[in-house]
Amino acid sequence: MGSGGNTGDTLTFPLDEQEGRWELCMYRFLLQFMMKYWPKASFSEPGASVLFCFLPCALGILSPAGLSQDTMSYIGPERTAVVRGFTHREAFNIVGRRVIQVAQAMSLTEDVLAAALADHLPEDKWSSDKRRPLKSSLGYEITFSLLNPDPKSHDVHWDIEGAVRRYVQPFLSALSAAGNFSVDSQILYYTVLGVNPRFDPASSSYYLAAHSLPHVINPVESRLGSSAASLYPVLNFLLYVPELAHSPLYIQDKDGAPVATNAFHSPRWGGIMVYNVDSKAYNASELPVRVEVDMVRVMEVFLAQLRLLFGIAQPQMPLKSLFSGPKSEGLTTWELDRLLWARSVENVATATTTLTSLAQLLGKISNIVIKDDVASEVYRAVAAVQKAAEELASGRLASAFIASQAAVTSSERAFFDPSLLHLLYFPDDQKFAIYIPLFLPMAVPILLSLVKIFLETRKSWKKPEKID
Amino acid sequence: MVTAFSLSKGLTTLSGLLLLSFGSLAASQIEDQAEQFFRSGHTNNWAVLVCTSRFWFNYRHVANTLSVYRSVKRLGIPDSHIVLMLADDMACNPRNPKPATVFSHKNMELNVYGDDVEVDYRSYEVTVENFLRVLTGRIPPSTPRSKRLLSDDRSNILIYMTGHGGNGFLKFQDSEEITNIELADAFEQMWQKRRYNELLFIIDTCQGASMYERFYSPNIMALASSQVGEDSLSHQPDPAIGVHLMDRYTFYVLEFLEEINPASQTNMNDLFQVCPRSLCVSTPGHRTDLFQRDPKNVLITDFFGSVRKVEITTETISLQPDLEIMESRDKKDWMDEELMEPLKYAEQLPVAQIIHQVYLISENFHLNHCSTC
Repeated sequence: MGSGGNTGDTLTFPLDEQEGRWELCMYRFLLQFMMKYWPKASFSEPGASVLFCFLPCALGILSPAGLSQDTMSYIGPERTAVVRGFTHREAFNIVGRRVIQVAQAMSLTEDVLAAALADHLPEDKWSSDKRRPLKSSLGYEITFSLLNPDPKSHDVHWDIEGAVRRYVQPFLSALSAAGNFSVDSQILYYTVLGVNPRFDPASSSYYLAAHSLPHVINPVESRLGSSAASLYPVLNFLLYVPELAHSPLYIQDKDGAPVATNAFHSPRWGGIMVYNVDSKAYNASELPVRVEVDMVRVMEVFLAQLRLLFGIAQPQMPLKSLFSGPKSEGLTTWELDRLLWARSVENVATATTTLTSLAQLLGKISNIVIKDDVASEVYRAVAAVQKAAEELASGRLASAFIASQAAVTSSERAFFDPSLLHLLYFPDDQKFAIYIPLFLPMAVPILLSLVKIFLETRKSWKKPEKID
Repeated sequence: MVTAFSLSKGLTTLSGLLLLSFGSLAASQIEDQAEQFFRSGHTNNWAVLVCTSRFWFNYRHVANTLSVYRSVKRLGIPDSHIVLMLADDMACNPRNPKPATVFSHKNMELNVYGDDVEVDYRSYEVTVENFLRVLTGRIPPSTPRSKRLLSDDRSNILIYMTGHGGNGFLKFQDSEEITNIELADAFEQMWQKRRYNELLFIIDTCQGASMYERFYSPNIMALASSQVGEDSLSHQPDPAIGVHLMDRYTFYVLEFLEEINPASQTNMNDLFQVCPRSLCVSTPGHRTDLFQRDPKNVLITDFFGSVRKVEITTETISLQPDLEIMESRDKKDWMDEELMEPLKYAEQLPVAQIIHQVYLISENFHLNHCSTC
């Protein structure tokens, strides 16, 4: 659970620096107040109850000074929302519809379902969103690497342990319901990108064009050691400090404009960010220049990439509503719920298709032997799929997710059991071709002698009749 | 009147310009979408390269496979994504006049063995059973990671097989065969578990086209070096080594691949034209009816190289640095305090003193007890 931790204990008046509108602060304060005095247990589980607050619009202090008149609802970060009420004959109906709209938008929607079931639906090549997320797995390995191709000029230091502890761990513990995560980091020296950057005389800087970005990753990947780390899928996040000869280095998008984040990512692989050393640092001292990496800036980009790679995207808002961004952890509980829903559905679909294809395989090849442990895995998988479906129907997300993971594990173990390899392909004409030369020479004398025995016994039966 | 006329003219030109710009915008958007539509949906590449023949005189099959391995590595697929199966070791064969080398061209121009070849299945491990286990994933749990095909539903896989074959079968190690039906069933098992996005199957054996006749799973494209009833011929013997160094079809395919670099846009139709009958003596064949995209939209690097899909990161999330600085300040003080006491070595054994003591004792011992010597 990642939600109720800090808000339940202390009430802080959050400063919405980004928006700078005090009425949003009031909304958030109100929601925190309600969450504090509501029974805590109902908010701790994923997929549990959602809190809606209704504000009569006649309340003076909350009249929107900077907020537009149209905004009817404000969706908070922790399964909470504020809906504005108003005086009207049909007030309850309208407010009720609004509540349903908000709830539907924030929970399982069609596009989330389509993304989860992308494998099993006919392919829709128009959207790349469905290809980007990682497939559901029991755990994930996240590796942060610092690439320093020019240690003679840059003496780079990064406080990765502190940054992981402060920024990444809260995010991962919020996501911990979705799998086991392990984080490592490494520093690589004398590793260059595979592409030579071009010089742009206008801005006297170097740039990497958008079409050369796909070729950057491959030469680096062999040095990352990613496949040796663990059996789980690996996500690599690379921070590249360009050499003195190629500083500063910017990434350009398709239109030739430099990218603000100076970073790019590759689906199912990870992300790369280029960190330019401040040119003022060169003037004062001799080489190598000590570089302290600003981990906040770096982690903002890496966490955003991590969210994209996990498929946590901005949902489609209902009209006239405002969505507050994620808290400091980087993940709202609404998003966690959607992720768990999508993953549970994906797991159940995968387990079902695996079991179906296993059944088809066994139906087609009649002389395969099924061992007892394979059979017990199949039974376990079926039971887990049924349990997951029941739990999903009743809305208990956490246990549904665990049941769906158990279903996938058991079905994969049954399908990929080494004993199920069928090597015997025996067409009928080959059967004749093999067995006839073996048995025919043996069979001929046996048949002939049987015929001879039969004739002789027939003769011996007839003979006593003739002799008197 | 005149002003009205010029005004209307101005308006029409303005509207015309606007329409043009919108049209071009829309056209570029449609172009982008169309580009995406025809591009492959894969995110990683794998290659399974198999040589199935033993014995010294089948040198050319090993050289074929190693040359394809070199090309595939050059175009970007890393060793961790290549499963290389060689049924015999030509480089260290006692009959090899140049040990530790395997040449693919006469006059010994190109050593395809090199220093960094990683063979995953070698000599007697290359069996039909292991090959099918690699493809279907039904591998014993103790198998190391380099011997597994860990592809997923977004992997494009290249499968290259070479050796001696016949009508409907391929010979493994001179003792067993794999039939085209078993191969088709293995690919179907892969499809059921979505172990590939698209598959390119290349085979260079006699009567190679018979091996892809029975495929029935979607998204498979197949190429073969000869039709049913024809033999694939070898390219050129080398008088110094004494054997034929390569097969014709693979030789010309490799010449074609030499011109491909990771950024090239050459498509599969060009690969189908490689090695016409005049050069190859046999007629190469191909099969694309199971493949969903048109071959002219399929890039060579979709299968032979590893070109990643990348997206520019445009959004960030905001983190709060203030609280953290407070925390880290406390931590720093605590750590500084710990470091205040100077570091020094722990108490060591006074080895010199001990030796001196032992020497003195032994001297005394001798003086006391050896007075008679």
